[in-house]
Amino acid sequence: MMFSGAFIKKNAPVKVIGLIAMLLLLLVNYLEMQGKLLFRFDVSNFMAFDSYALFFNGVAIFATLVYLLLTYSEMEKVGKNLAEYLALIFFITAGIILTTSFKSLLTLFLGIEIISIPLYILTGADKKNLKSNEAALKYFLMGSFSTGIMLMGIALIYGAQGTFFIDKMDFAKNAQSALQIAGMLLLLFSMSFKVSVAPFHFWTPDVYDGAPTVFTSFMSTIVKVAVFAGFMRLFGGIFEALQNTWGLWVAVMIAVTLFIGNITAVFQQSVKRMLAYSSISQAGFMLLAILALNDTAREGLLLYAAAYSLATIGVFGVLAKIADYSFEGFNGLAKHQPVLAFTATICLLSLAGIPLTAGFLAKFYMLKAVVLTGKNLWLVIFAVLMAAISVYYYFRVIQAMYFKEGPAPTIQATVLEKYILIGITILIILLGVFPNILFSWLYF
Amino acid sequence: MIALLLILIPLLGGIITFFIKKEQSVRAWSLLVAMVTLLIAIAGITMNNPEALSFRTSWMGILNSSFSISADGMGSMLCLLTALSFPIIFVSTWTTPYNNVNNFLGLMLLAQAGLMGVFLAMDALLFYFFWELALIPVYFLCSQWGGEKRIRVTFKFFIYTFLGSLLMLVGLIYIYAQTKSFDITAFYQTGFSGDEQAWLFWLLFVAFAIKMPIFPFHTWQPDTYEQSPTATTMVLSGLMVKMGVLALLRWLLPVLPAASYAWGDTVSTMAVIGIIYASLIAFQQDDMKRLVAYSSIAHIGLMCVAIFAETESGVQGAMLQMFSHGINILGMWVVIEIIERKFGTRKMSELGGIAKKAPALTIFFFIIAFANIGLPLTNAFVGEFLMFNGILSSKITQYGVAFTVAAGTAIILGAAYTLLMGRKVFLGETNALTEKGSDIQWHEKTILAIIAICIIVVGVYPQPLLGSFEEITNSIIKYSDVLHK
Repeated sequence: MMFSGAFIKKNAPVKVIGLIAMLLLLLVNYLEMQGKLLFRFDVSNFMAFDSYALFFNGVAIFATLVYLLLTYSEMEKVGKNLAEYLALIFFITAGIILTTSFKSLLTLFLGIEIISIPLYILTGADKKNLKSNEAALKYFLMGSFSTGIMLMGIALIYGAQGTFFIDKMDFAKNAQSALQIAGMLLLLFSMSFKVSVAPFHFWTPDVYDGAPTVFTSFMSTIVKVAVFAGFMRLFGGIFEALQNTWGLWVAVMIAVTLFIGNITAVFQQSVKRMLAYSSISQAGFMLLAILALNDTAREGLLLYAAAYSLATIGVFGVLAKIADYSFEGFNGLAKHQPVLAFTATICLLSLAGIPLTAGFLAKFYMLKAVVLTGKNLWLVIFAVLMAAISVYYYFRVIQAMYFKEGPAPTIQATVLEKYILIGITILIILLGVFPNILFSWLYF
Repeated sequence: MIALLLILIPLLGGIITFFIKKEQSVRAWSLLVAMVTLLIAIAGITMNNPEALSFRTSWMGILNSSFSISADGMGSMLCLLTALSFPIIFVSTWTTPYNNVNNFLGLMLLAQAGLMGVFLAMDALLFYFFWELALIPVYFLCSQWGGEKRIRVTFKFFIYTFLGSLLMLVGLIYIYAQTKSFDITAFYQTGFSGDEQAWLFWLLFVAFAIKMPIFPFHTWQPDTYEQSPTATTMVLSGLMVKMGVLALLRWLLPVLPAASYAWGDTVSTMAVIGIIYASLIAFQQDDMKRLVAYSSIAHIGLMCVAIFAETESGVQGAMLQMFSHGINILGMWVVIEIIERKFGTRKMSELGGIAKKAPALTIFFFIIAFANIGLPLTNAFVGEFLMFNGILSSKITQYGVAFTVAAGTAIILGAAYTLLMGRKVFLGETNALTEKGSDIQWHEKTILAIIAICIIVVGVYPQPLLGSFEEITNSIIKYSDVLHK
């Protein structure tokens, strides 16, 4: 992938190579789910490809495929190095696969780093834009800092347990050991930074706003959900015994995240920044699954990952075509570009959590998961109130598109992109009415 | 099968409507779809086949939620009301100009499908789905085709209602966490403690109170009714408020009986305050739409008090009143729509003396006005009499007399402002604006005649309708009974 850029001058063959590679990945993942392995590497000590991990990988790879198809034409416009961007995206995919299926804390660290470093580069991909450079530097500095904290946490856990492998760790004994709790908290904070949960979210709006829109789309969806999968694996797998300690922390973090994410999004004037804050509040909702840690939570996280990725990729896909990123730039879109407006509406309805869309069922699963634990019911009501607030800023876009007059200057979308957008919409509604098609894959 | 068709036909018909571009064809098509739905509803009521009226299939097995719909007495009456309303709405707005009329009519039919679903749903998750789905087309209808301040007003309406629905969702999830099934029969078997029931009651009640609306959650209503296109106002006030009343009867009282008993007086007081307050404000209105909107708050408030009295007479009266109020308020909106179309204004100060120019319209208006006041011989009288009887004879509240006196005062006020409206608009001398008026056309006469006939027939012979409610009333009273357990 990387070297093809050196030899191939035109962009079209590069794109084709990228697509073929992604499809191959999807195929291999599918085969592995069926139990047929193409190569036999014994990585069983470092990575565990159980059904949850494979399924998550499948969702991530599929979402990346859709993302690539949708944003190819925009990606070309970012700079001359299309092959490099694709190579970086593939590296990130490799990191995602490591993160979702780690069995050793070192593998987790490796995966997170492999995800993060290409992202720093992609953030600064628009070399001539000052905002992009600033965003990349901010991301790099804060990201490195948080990785340092993660490493410290891993070291402390190693000190307490004597091993890096999570299936050999036992947190039930010495539950109150300060070493363990400190290590766990440090890991909690660093992972929260990566998924932009408050109060570690301060980098998100600037980075998402400064990065080129196509890469913001990738960052805020697929990367975020992949790190959440790692989060779930970490906390659901090993830290479950310590739940009494970190439960309250996580609950408070969720409340703060939902509050800050939703209230600040209300006041945004730029749709891109609004989407950045909205992704913070969606992360808050996903964190409810970590709080609950039951079967409903695991299933719900999968559904939320799929629903949130599809919907956000769809919205960013439409956003990339709009010339003016403020809310007024969307005025009258329904008249000029009905397909774009309609698909964006369905995606926004899914993000808001309107029934018939996958986003509603995802939120429903999260709420149900927490209610089933019987604790933290105040958080459920608070989350619901915040979700009502989120309707305000999502619907502002819908209103601008349908009910206000305006020229809505746009870049023309190709026919393929329109079809992809319609496909995303159909998938969102299908998942919203028949979530079984997703879950039957999980329990094959 | 019938139940499923009642939802499917408006749904599919509505989707097809979006693609028909010619104005006359699309109006004819939508009317055809509405008439077919009406025929199916009538067929469902007249034939005595309980199997045809239910439909059940598995839907989300993981969540133990099934697509279960069934038309019991109350549900089939409301479906009949819905099926009857839509052809009337379409015919009465036949000559009203709309931009992109295919989108307008398509959204109206989708709203009808959502409403049918709410009235028929026997599974809590399905109920929630349809509750929200009925809201989305109405949001688009009001925002696109409404008055000047429509965008802000409809936004407030949507967020307010959505907030209530989300709180209801939390309540439903909590109950589901105990019953492990969303089916309504499971919901009726719960045994929550008094404290749990209390806050569950408020979670669910707030959603229904916003929908109906009950004071103090009513602030969205007059603005939204005023700003929405009159066809949508007909749907909002004639049908969507009944969603809230049905929810009280089907999803609140039998599921949380102890809390309904404990908080019944509080809720009734809120409703009575709303009745008096709305009736007083109705006097101040110049815009006819706002006046009727406030009068609607008064009518629904009375239904709420009667429901929480939990007597057979009260509950049956409330059910009958759901039907009567639907018909009556629909008639009012039709008259107002006609006046607005003919004379371009809804303000009473700018109108006058229409009786001289449009005698047929005047006659129909006064029949409908008497029905709204609740004069004997009209359907509203039967409903109100039964409801007052229920409130006075209720064993679970000590304030029955107080509520009746307060609500009765509001009835008198209602007579005052309705007749005042009639005098200002129809009687007296014509002014420059109304001088050029003409009488209504044959299609408008026909639907107003249908409404008038419904008013008088149900007013004189309500027994068939009342008889159909008996079974469901007994069932509701049985489940919500706390005094005899």
